[in-house]
Amino acid sequence: MSENIKKIQLNDLHVALGGKMVPFAGFNMPVRYSSDTEEHHTVRQGVGVFDVSHMGEFKVTGPKALSLIQKVTSNDASKLVIGQAQYSCFPNETGGIVDDLIVYKFGEEEYMLVVNASNIEKDWNWINKHNDMGATLENISESISLFAIQGPKAIEAVQSLTSVNLSDIKFYHFAVGDFAGVQDVIISGTGYTGAGGFEVYVKNEDAEKVWNAVFEAGKPYDIKPIGLGARDTLRLEMGYCLYGNDINDETSPIEAGLGWITKFTKDFINSENLKKQKENGVNKKLVGFILQEKGIPRGHYPIVNLDGEPIGDVTSGTMTPSMGVGIGMGYVKSEYATPGTEIAITVRNKNLLAKVEKFPLYKK
Amino acid sequence: MNFPKELKYTKDHEWVKIENDIAVIGITEFAQRELGDIVYVEVETVGETIAAGEVFGTVEAVKTVSDLFMPLEGEIIEFNEELESSPELVNDSPYESGWMIKVKFSGEVPSDLLSFEEYSELVGG
Repeated sequence: MSENIKKIQLNDLHVALGGKMVPFAGFNMPVRYSSDTEEHHTVRQGVGVFDVSHMGEFKVTGPKALSLIQKVTSNDASKLVIGQAQYSCFPNETGGIVDDLIVYKFGEEEYMLVVNASNIEKDWNWINKHNDMGATLENISESISLFAIQGPKAIEAVQSLTSVNLSDIKFYHFAVGDFAGVQDVIISGTGYTGAGGFEVYVKNEDAEKVWNAVFEAGKPYDIKPIGLGARDTLRLEMGYCLYGNDINDETSPIEAGLGWITKFTKDFINSENLKKQKENGVNKKLVGFILQEKGIPRGHYPIVNLDGEPIGDVTSGTMTPSMGVGIGMGYVKSEYATPGTEIAITVRNKNLLAKVEKFPLYKK
Repeated sequence: MNFPKELKYTKDHEWVKIENDIAVIGITEFAQRELGDIVYVEVETVGETIAAGEVFGTVEAVKTVSDLFMPLEGEIIEFNEELESSPELVNDSPYESGWMIKVKFSGEVPSDLLSFEEYSELVGG
Protein backbone atom coordinates (compact mmCIF):
# COMPACT_ATOMS: atom_id res chain seq x y z
CA MET A 1 0.00 0.00 0.00
CA SER A 2 2.80 2.42 0.89
CA GLU A 3 4.24 2.33 -2.62
CA ASN A 4 1.13 3.84 -4.18
CA ILE A 5 -0.04 6.09 -1.41
CA LYS A 6 -2.29 8.86 -2.70
CA LYS A 7 -2.03 12.55 -2.09
CA ILE A 8 -4.95 14.86 -1.50
CA GLN A 9 -5.12 18.05 -3.56
CA LEU A 10 -3.65 20.34 -0.88
CA ASN A 11 -0.96 17.92 0.34
CA ASP A 12 1.87 20.42 -0.16
CA LEU A 13 -0.04 23.19 1.55
CA HIS A 14 -0.50 21.03 4.66
CA VAL A 15 3.22 20.25 4.71
CA ALA A 16 3.98 23.98 4.45
CA LEU A 17 1.60 24.61 7.37
CA GLY A 18 3.68 22.25 9.49
CA GLY A 19 1.29 19.32 9.22
CA LYS A 20 2.76 15.97 10.16
CA MET A 21 1.67 13.71 7.33
CA VAL A 22 0.96 10.05 8.00
CA PRO A 23 -0.47 7.31 5.83
CA PHE A 24 -4.15 6.84 6.61
CA ALA A 25 -6.64 4.85 4.53
CA GLY A 26 -4.26 4.90 1.57
CA PHE A 27 -3.69 8.65 1.65
CA ASN A 28 -1.05 10.88 3.16
CA MET A 29 -3.04 12.86 5.70
CA PRO A 30 -2.20 15.55 8.25
CA VAL A 31 -2.42 13.93 11.71
CA ARG A 32 -1.56 17.18 13.53
CA TYR A 33 -0.15 20.64 12.91
CA SER A 34 0.80 21.69 16.44
CA SER A 35 -0.72 19.59 19.21
CA ASP A 36 -3.60 17.12 19.25
CA THR A 37 -4.92 18.56 22.49
CA GLU A 38 -4.75 22.20 21.42
CA GLU A 39 -6.39 21.36 18.12
CA HIS A 40 -9.12 19.50 19.98
CA HIS A 41 -9.84 22.53 22.18
CA THR A 42 -9.79 24.84 19.15
CA VAL A 43 -12.69 22.89 17.65
CA ARG A 44 -14.64 22.54 20.90
CA GLN A 45 -14.30 26.22 21.78
CA GLY A 46 -13.56 28.15 18.57
CA VAL A 47 -13.26 27.07 14.97
CA GLY A 48 -10.94 24.72 13.08
CA VAL A 49 -10.76 23.20 9.62
CA PHE A 50 -10.09 19.57 8.69
CA ASP A 51 -9.09 18.63 5.18
CA VAL A 52 -10.94 15.36 4.75
CA SER A 53 -10.59 15.19 0.99
CA HIS A 54 -9.69 11.52 1.23
CA MET A 55 -13.39 10.73 1.72
CA GLY A 56 -15.16 9.12 -1.24
CA GLU A 57 -18.13 10.50 -3.16
CA PHE A 58 -20.41 8.58 -5.51
CA LYS A 59 -23.17 10.17 -7.58
CA VAL A 60 -26.28 8.04 -7.97
CA THR A 61 -28.67 9.34 -10.60
CA GLY A 62 -31.50 8.37 -12.88
CA PRO A 63 -34.98 6.95 -12.40
CA LYS A 64 -33.62 3.96 -10.45
CA ALA A 65 -31.38 5.97 -8.12
CA LEU A 66 -33.63 5.75 -5.09
CA SER A 67 -34.42 2.08 -5.55
CA LEU A 68 -30.68 1.22 -5.58
CA ILE A 69 -30.07 3.32 -2.47
CA GLN A 70 -33.00 1.73 -0.71
CA LYS A 71 -31.66 -1.71 -1.50
CA VAL A 72 -28.08 -1.16 -0.34
CA THR A 73 -28.54 1.15 2.65
CA SER A 74 -30.19 0.51 6.01
CA ASN A 75 -31.82 3.90 6.56
CA ASP A 76 -34.97 4.92 4.69
CA ALA A 77 -33.84 7.33 1.97
CA SER A 78 -37.43 7.77 0.76
CA LYS A 79 -37.92 10.01 3.78
CA LEU A 80 -35.35 12.51 2.52
CA VAL A 81 -36.42 15.83 1.06
CA ILE A 82 -34.28 17.67 -1.46
CA GLY A 83 -31.54 19.46 0.47
CA GLN A 84 -31.43 16.88 3.23
CA ALA A 85 -28.75 14.37 4.18
CA GLN A 86 -28.98 11.11 6.11
CA TYR A 87 -26.54 8.96 8.05
CA SER A 88 -26.80 5.35 6.94
CA CYS A 89 -24.86 2.14 6.43
CA PHE A 90 -24.41 -0.59 3.83
CA PRO A 91 -25.29 -3.85 5.56
CA ASN A 92 -23.65 -6.95 4.06
CA GLU A 93 -25.35 -10.29 3.51
CA THR A 94 -23.78 -11.97 6.52
CA GLY A 95 -24.79 -9.64 9.33
CA GLY A 96 -21.96 -7.09 9.19
CA ILE A 97 -21.45 -3.64 7.74
CA VAL A 98 -19.69 -2.88 4.45
CA ASP A 99 -19.34 0.79 5.40
CA ASP A 100 -21.15 3.70 6.99
CA LEU A 101 -22.01 6.69 4.84
CA ILE A 102 -24.03 9.85 4.33
CA VAL A 103 -26.74 10.01 1.65
CA TYR A 104 -27.43 13.46 0.14
CA LYS A 105 -30.59 14.16 -1.86
CA PHE A 106 -30.12 16.76 -4.61
CA GLY A 107 -33.20 15.89 -6.66
CA GLU A 108 -35.79 13.16 -7.12
CA GLU A 109 -33.32 11.34 -9.36
CA GLU A 110 -30.07 12.71 -8.03
CA TYR A 111 -28.22 11.58 -4.91
CA MET A 112 -24.67 11.54 -3.60
CA LEU A 113 -23.18 8.95 -1.25
CA VAL A 114 -20.21 9.96 0.90
CA VAL A 115 -18.16 7.00 2.07
CA ASN A 116 -14.99 6.28 4.04
CA ALA A 117 -11.69 6.67 2.21
CA SER A 118 -10.50 3.23 3.27
CA ASN A 119 -13.55 1.63 1.68
CA ILE A 120 -13.95 3.52 -1.61
CA GLU A 121 -13.06 0.57 -3.80
CA LYS A 122 -14.94 -1.98 -1.69
CA ASP A 123 -18.08 0.20 -1.59
CA TRP A 124 -17.90 0.98 -5.29
CA ASN A 125 -17.73 -2.73 -6.14
CA TRP A 126 -20.49 -3.49 -3.65
CA ILE A 127 -23.05 -1.02 -5.00
CA ASN A 128 -22.23 -1.87 -8.60
CA LYS A 129 -22.73 -5.55 -7.83
CA HIS A 130 -26.19 -4.79 -6.45
CA ASN A 131 -27.20 -2.34 -9.14
CA ASP A 132 -29.37 -4.78 -11.08
CA MET A 133 -32.03 -2.11 -11.46
CA GLY A 134 -29.76 0.10 -13.57
CA ALA A 135 -29.14 3.31 -11.64
CA THR A 136 -26.39 5.51 -13.06
CA LEU A 137 -23.29 5.48 -10.88
CA GLU A 138 -20.31 7.76 -11.00
CA ASN A 139 -17.31 7.71 -8.67
CA ILE A 140 -16.23 11.35 -8.31
CA SER A 141 -13.98 10.78 -5.27
CA GLU A 142 -10.80 11.85 -7.01
CA SER A 143 -12.14 15.20 -8.22
CA ILE A 144 -13.68 16.43 -4.96
CA SER A 145 -12.07 18.10 -1.97
CA LEU A 146 -13.89 18.23 1.36
CA PHE A 147 -13.24 20.65 4.19
CA ALA A 148 -14.94 20.32 7.56
CA ILE A 149 -15.21 23.74 9.19
CA GLN A 150 -16.10 22.83 12.74
CA GLY A 151 -16.67 24.56 16.06
CA PRO A 152 -19.09 26.96 17.74
CA LYS A 153 -17.61 29.92 15.85
CA ALA A 154 -17.68 28.24 12.42
CA ILE A 155 -20.69 30.07 11.03
CA GLU A 156 -19.58 33.48 12.22
CA ALA A 157 -16.06 32.94 10.91
CA VAL A 158 -16.97 32.28 7.29
CA GLN A 159 -20.44 33.79 6.80
CA SER A 160 -18.84 36.64 4.84
CA LEU A 161 -17.75 34.17 2.13
CA THR A 162 -21.24 33.22 0.97
CA SER A 163 -24.65 34.64 0.17
CA VAL A 164 -26.21 31.52 1.72
CA ASN A 165 -27.39 32.23 5.25
CA LEU A 166 -25.35 29.61 7.07
CA SER A 167 -27.45 29.64 10.21
CA ASP A 168 -30.41 28.53 8.07
CA ILE A 169 -28.67 25.26 7.23
CA LYS A 170 -30.08 22.82 9.74
CA PHE A 171 -28.24 19.77 11.05
CA TYR A 172 -28.05 17.13 8.29
CA HIS A 173 -29.32 19.56 5.66
CA PHE A 174 -27.34 21.31 2.96
CA ALA A 175 -27.38 24.11 0.42
CA VAL A 176 -25.67 24.42 -2.95
CA GLY A 177 -24.42 27.95 -3.49
CA ASP A 178 -21.54 30.35 -3.90
CA PHE A 179 -18.69 30.11 -1.43
CA ALA A 180 -15.45 32.08 -1.56
CA GLY A 181 -16.24 33.20 -5.09
CA VAL A 182 -16.77 29.62 -6.30
CA GLN A 183 -20.16 28.53 -7.62
CA ASP A 184 -22.02 25.30 -6.79
CA VAL A 185 -20.28 24.53 -3.54
CA ILE A 186 -22.14 22.01 -1.39
CA ILE A 187 -22.44 23.50 2.11
CA SER A 188 -23.55 20.76 4.46
CA GLY A 189 -24.66 20.91 8.09
CA THR A 190 -22.67 17.82 8.98
CA GLY A 191 -19.41 16.97 10.71
CA TYR A 192 -17.81 14.39 12.92
CA THR A 193 -17.07 16.44 16.01
CA GLY A 194 -20.32 17.36 17.76
CA ALA A 195 -18.96 20.91 17.94
CA GLY A 196 -21.26 22.45 15.33
CA GLY A 197 -20.27 23.85 11.96
CA PHE A 198 -20.48 22.46 8.46
CA GLU A 199 -18.62 20.78 5.64
CA VAL A 200 -17.97 22.14 2.15
CA TYR A 201 -17.51 20.00 -0.95
CA VAL A 202 -15.55 21.74 -3.72
CA LYS A 203 -13.90 20.69 -6.95
CA ASN A 204 -10.18 20.02 -6.61
CA GLU A 205 -9.30 22.95 -8.87
CA ASP A 206 -11.07 25.32 -6.44
CA ALA A 207 -9.71 23.73 -3.28
CA GLU A 208 -6.78 26.03 -2.67
CA LYS A 209 -8.81 29.18 -3.33
CA VAL A 210 -11.53 28.07 -0.91
CA TRP A 211 -9.08 26.93 1.78
CA ASN A 212 -7.21 30.24 1.65
CA ALA A 213 -10.41 32.28 1.72
CA VAL A 214 -11.64 30.34 4.77
CA PHE A 215 -8.41 31.06 6.64
CA GLU A 216 -8.43 34.71 5.63
CA ALA A 217 -12.06 35.19 6.73
CA GLY A 218 -11.48 33.18 9.89
CA LYS A 219 -8.39 35.05 10.99
CA PRO A 220 -10.22 37.29 13.51
CA TYR A 221 -11.69 34.09 15.01
CA ASP A 222 -8.28 32.44 15.31
CA ILE A 223 -9.22 29.70 12.89
CA LYS A 224 -6.70 26.83 12.74
CA PRO A 225 -6.03 23.74 10.63
CA ILE A 226 -6.87 20.56 12.56
CA GLY A 227 -5.42 17.10 12.05
CA LEU A 228 -6.89 13.63 12.19
CA GLY A 229 -5.57 13.13 15.74
CA ALA A 230 -8.02 15.67 17.14
CA ARG A 231 -10.71 14.40 14.79
CA ASP A 232 -10.49 11.05 16.54
CA THR A 233 -10.68 12.42 20.10
CA LEU A 234 -13.58 14.71 19.14
CA ARG A 235 -15.62 11.93 17.55
CA LEU A 236 -14.89 9.56 20.41
CA GLU A 237 -16.20 12.05 22.97
CA MET A 238 -19.44 12.06 20.99
CA GLY A 239 -19.54 8.28 20.52
CA TYR A 240 -19.52 8.43 16.73
CA CYS A 241 -18.46 5.11 15.22
CA LEU A 242 -15.26 4.83 13.23
CA TYR A 243 -15.38 2.20 10.52
CA GLY A 244 -12.62 -0.36 11.01
CA ASN A 245 -12.58 0.25 14.78
CA ASP A 246 -16.12 0.21 16.13
CA ILE A 247 -17.95 -1.25 13.17
CA ASN A 248 -16.74 -3.61 10.47
CA ASP A 249 -17.71 -6.49 8.18
CA GLU A 250 -18.70 -8.58 11.19
CA THR A 251 -20.54 -6.20 13.51
CA SER A 252 -24.24 -5.75 12.92
CA PRO A 253 -25.84 -2.31 12.96
CA ILE A 254 -28.12 -3.51 15.78
CA GLU A 255 -25.14 -4.54 17.91
CA ALA A 256 -23.44 -1.25 17.07
CA GLY A 257 -26.31 0.84 18.40
CA LEU A 258 -27.22 1.89 14.87
CA GLY A 259 -30.80 0.69 15.15
CA TRP A 260 -31.84 4.30 14.63
CA ILE A 261 -30.49 4.18 11.06
CA THR A 262 -31.82 0.67 10.40
CA LYS A 263 -35.39 1.10 9.19
CA PHE A 264 -37.66 -1.81 8.50
CA THR A 265 -40.11 0.37 6.59
CA LYS A 266 -38.53 -1.12 3.44
CA ASP A 267 -36.52 -4.17 2.35
CA PHE A 268 -32.77 -3.94 2.02
CA ILE A 269 -29.81 -6.32 1.97
CA ASN A 270 -30.04 -8.64 4.98
CA SER A 271 -33.01 -6.72 6.39
CA GLU A 272 -34.85 -9.87 7.45
CA ASN A 273 -31.97 -11.04 9.58
CA LEU A 274 -31.44 -7.63 11.12
CA LYS A 275 -35.15 -7.36 11.86
CA LYS A 276 -34.93 -10.63 13.77
CA GLN A 277 -31.97 -9.29 15.70
CA LYS A 278 -33.90 -6.20 16.60
CA GLU A 279 -36.91 -8.23 17.76
CA ASN A 280 -35.02 -10.98 19.56
CA GLY A 281 -32.19 -8.91 20.93
CA VAL A 282 -28.47 -9.33 20.36
CA ASN A 283 -25.80 -10.95 22.51
CA LYS A 284 -23.38 -8.05 22.48
CA LYS A 285 -23.73 -4.31 22.25
CA LEU A 286 -21.46 -1.39 21.56
CA VAL A 287 -21.27 0.87 24.60
CA GLY A 288 -19.38 3.94 25.68
CA PHE A 289 -17.56 3.99 28.99
CA ILE A 290 -15.61 6.36 31.19
CA LEU A 291 -12.69 5.15 33.26
CA GLN A 292 -13.05 5.73 36.99
CA GLU A 293 -9.31 5.32 37.58
CA LYS A 294 -6.20 6.78 35.99
CA GLY A 295 -5.36 5.08 32.73
CA ILE A 296 -6.16 5.03 29.04
CA PRO A 297 -8.21 2.36 27.29
CA ARG A 298 -7.10 1.42 23.78
CA GLY A 299 -8.50 -0.68 20.94
CA HIS A 300 -8.40 -4.47 21.58
CA TYR A 301 -7.91 -4.19 25.36
CA PRO A 302 -10.13 -6.77 27.10
CA ILE A 303 -13.27 -5.69 28.96
CA VAL A 304 -14.04 -7.77 32.05
CA ASN A 305 -16.74 -7.79 34.71
CA LEU A 306 -15.98 -7.03 38.36
CA ASP A 307 -15.12 -10.71 38.89
CA GLY A 308 -12.49 -10.42 36.18
CA GLU A 309 -14.36 -12.57 33.67
CA PRO A 310 -14.08 -11.52 30.01
CA ILE A 311 -17.22 -9.78 28.69
CA GLY A 312 -15.92 -7.99 25.60
CA ASP A 313 -13.28 -5.85 23.92
CA VAL A 314 -12.46 -2.18 23.55
CA THR A 315 -12.80 -0.93 19.97
CA SER A 316 -11.64 2.71 20.47
CA GLY A 317 -10.15 4.53 23.41
CA THR A 318 -8.25 7.64 24.33
CA MET A 319 -7.58 10.23 26.98
CA THR A 320 -10.25 12.83 26.38
CA PRO A 321 -8.81 16.34 26.18
CA SER A 322 -12.15 17.88 27.23
CA MET A 323 -12.52 15.87 30.42
CA GLY A 324 -8.98 14.66 31.15
CA VAL A 325 -10.02 11.05 31.74
CA GLY A 326 -9.81 7.81 29.83
CA ILE A 327 -12.87 7.11 27.65
CA GLY A 328 -13.68 4.48 25.12
CA MET A 329 -16.14 2.38 23.20
CA GLY A 330 -16.36 -1.37 23.00
CA TYR A 331 -18.62 -4.38 22.66
CA VAL A 332 -19.85 -6.03 25.85
CA LYS A 333 -22.28 -8.86 26.54
CA SER A 334 -25.71 -7.27 26.46
CA GLU A 335 -26.37 -7.76 30.18
CA TYR A 336 -23.53 -5.28 30.86
CA ALA A 337 -24.71 -2.64 28.38
CA THR A 338 -26.99 -0.63 30.65
CA PRO A 339 -25.67 2.85 31.43
CA GLY A 340 -24.33 2.96 34.97
CA THR A 341 -23.06 -0.63 34.92
CA GLU A 342 -19.60 -1.02 36.40
CA ILE A 343 -17.12 -2.87 34.23
CA ALA A 344 -13.33 -3.00 34.09
CA ILE A 345 -10.82 -2.52 31.33
CA THR A 346 -7.66 -4.61 31.37
CA VAL A 347 -4.79 -2.18 30.86
CA ARG A 348 -1.38 -3.89 30.98
CA ASN A 349 -2.60 -6.71 33.25
CA LYS A 350 -4.47 -4.42 35.61
CA ASN A 351 -8.23 -4.20 35.68
CA LEU A 352 -9.25 -0.55 35.87
CA LEU A 353 -12.77 0.33 36.95
CA ALA A 354 -14.98 1.93 34.29
CA LYS A 355 -18.63 2.86 34.05
CA VAL A 356 -20.90 2.35 31.06
CA GLU A 357 -22.22 5.75 29.98
CA LYS A 358 -24.75 7.06 27.49
CA PHE A 359 -23.43 8.89 24.43
CA PRO A 360 -22.22 11.53 24.11
CA LEU A 361 -19.51 10.82 26.67
CA TYR A 362 -18.70 14.52 26.68
CA LYS A 363 -21.65 16.58 27.77
CA LYS A 364 -21.46 20.30 27.18
CA MET B 1 16.29 19.66 16.95
CA ASN B 2 18.00 19.84 20.28
CA PHE B 3 20.19 16.90 21.40
CA PRO B 4 22.44 18.03 24.25
CA LYS B 5 26.08 17.07 23.78
CA GLU B 6 26.61 15.86 27.32
CA LEU B 7 23.91 13.18 27.09
CA LYS B 8 24.02 9.62 25.77
CA TYR B 9 21.23 8.22 23.62
CA THR B 10 19.61 4.94 22.57
CA LYS B 11 18.12 3.76 19.31
CA ASP B 12 14.79 3.66 21.16
CA HIS B 13 14.99 7.46 21.55
CA GLU B 14 15.83 7.63 25.23
CA TRP B 15 18.49 9.90 26.64
CA VAL B 16 20.77 9.10 29.60
CA LYS B 17 22.59 11.54 31.80
CA ILE B 18 25.33 9.91 33.83
CA GLU B 19 26.20 11.45 37.19
CA ASN B 20 28.66 9.17 39.00
CA ASP B 21 26.67 5.97 39.68
CA ILE B 22 23.28 7.53 38.96
CA ALA B 23 21.73 7.65 35.50
CA VAL B 24 18.84 10.02 34.79
CA ILE B 25 16.68 8.82 31.90
CA GLY B 26 14.06 10.41 29.69
CA ILE B 27 12.94 10.51 26.07
CA THR B 28 14.39 12.76 23.39
CA GLU B 29 13.09 15.85 21.67
CA PHE B 30 12.66 13.71 18.55
CA ALA B 31 10.61 11.13 20.46
CA GLN B 32 8.26 13.64 22.05
CA ARG B 33 7.70 15.36 18.70
CA GLU B 34 6.94 12.09 16.99
CA LEU B 35 4.55 11.03 19.73
CA GLY B 36 2.69 14.32 20.02
CA ASP B 37 0.97 15.32 23.25
CA ILE B 38 2.03 13.02 26.06
CA VAL B 39 -1.00 12.30 28.23
CA TYR B 40 0.24 9.57 30.54
CA VAL B 41 3.53 8.24 31.84
CA GLU B 42 3.33 5.02 33.84
CA VAL B 43 6.32 3.71 35.77
CA GLU B 44 5.58 1.07 38.39
CA THR B 45 9.03 -0.42 38.63
CA VAL B 46 10.60 1.78 41.29
CA GLY B 47 12.72 -0.43 43.53
CA GLU B 48 13.24 -3.05 40.85
CA THR B 49 16.48 -3.90 39.15
CA ILE B 50 15.94 -4.18 35.43
CA ALA B 51 18.27 -5.35 32.67
CA ALA B 52 19.30 -3.18 29.74
CA GLY B 53 16.78 -3.39 26.91
CA GLU B 54 13.90 -4.45 29.18
CA VAL B 55 10.72 -2.42 29.63
CA PHE B 56 10.57 -0.14 32.66
CA GLY B 57 7.38 1.76 31.91
CA THR B 58 4.97 3.12 29.34
CA VAL B 59 4.45 6.49 27.74
CA GLU B 60 1.09 7.26 26.17
CA ALA B 61 0.37 9.99 23.67
CA VAL B 62 -3.12 10.87 22.44
CA LYS B 63 -2.95 8.22 19.73
CA THR B 64 -0.22 5.84 20.78
CA VAL B 65 1.16 3.65 23.55
CA SER B 66 4.93 3.08 23.64
CA ASP B 67 7.13 1.01 25.91
CA LEU B 68 10.05 2.63 27.68
CA PHE B 69 13.28 0.62 27.62
CA MET B 70 16.17 0.56 30.07
CA PRO B 71 19.28 1.97 28.40
CA LEU B 72 21.45 0.23 31.00
CA GLU B 73 21.02 -2.25 33.82
CA GLY B 74 20.33 -0.89 37.25
CA GLU B 75 17.92 -0.32 40.11
CA ILE B 76 15.20 2.26 39.53
CA ILE B 77 15.41 4.52 42.55
CA GLU B 78 13.08 7.33 41.57
CA PHE B 79 10.23 8.17 39.22
CA ASN B 80 9.55 11.80 38.37
CA GLU B 81 6.21 12.08 40.15
CA GLU B 82 5.56 15.49 38.61
CA LEU B 83 4.69 13.54 35.47
CA GLU B 84 1.69 11.94 37.18
CA SER B 85 -0.19 15.21 37.17
CA SER B 86 1.73 16.97 34.37
CA PRO B 87 2.76 14.46 31.68
CA GLU B 88 3.02 17.40 29.24
CA LEU B 89 6.38 18.24 30.88
CA VAL B 90 7.81 15.54 28.61
CA ASN B 91 6.77 17.66 25.62
CA ASP B 92 7.66 21.02 27.12
CA SER B 93 11.01 20.10 28.61
CA PRO B 94 12.15 16.61 27.59
CA TYR B 95 15.69 16.97 29.01
CA GLU B 96 14.95 18.92 32.18
CA SER B 97 11.64 18.81 34.06
CA GLY B 98 10.39 16.00 31.79
CA TRP B 99 12.96 13.46 33.01
CA MET B 100 11.40 10.08 33.82
CA ILE B 101 13.52 7.91 36.11
CA LYS B 102 16.75 7.80 38.07
CA VAL B 103 18.68 4.55 38.04
CA LYS B 104 21.44 3.40 40.32
CA PHE B 105 23.81 1.36 38.26
CA SER B 106 26.88 -0.66 39.08
CA GLY B 107 29.28 -1.78 36.47
CA GLU B 108 30.18 -0.16 33.24
CA VAL B 109 28.18 2.24 31.14
CA PRO B 110 27.21 0.13 28.11
CA SER B 111 29.38 0.87 25.10
CA ASP B 112 26.43 0.75 22.69
CA LEU B 113 24.93 4.00 23.96
CA LEU B 114 25.05 6.63 21.24
CA SER B 115 26.80 9.98 21.33
CA PHE B 116 24.78 13.03 20.32
CA GLU B 117 26.44 12.94 16.87
CA GLU B 118 25.47 9.31 16.34
CA TYR B 119 21.94 9.92 17.56
CA SER B 120 21.49 13.04 15.43
CA GLU B 121 22.56 11.03 12.44
CA LEU B 122 20.14 8.23 13.36
CA VAL B 123 17.12 10.55 13.40
CA GLY B 124 18.26 12.50 10.38
CA GLY B 125 19.71 15.58 12.01
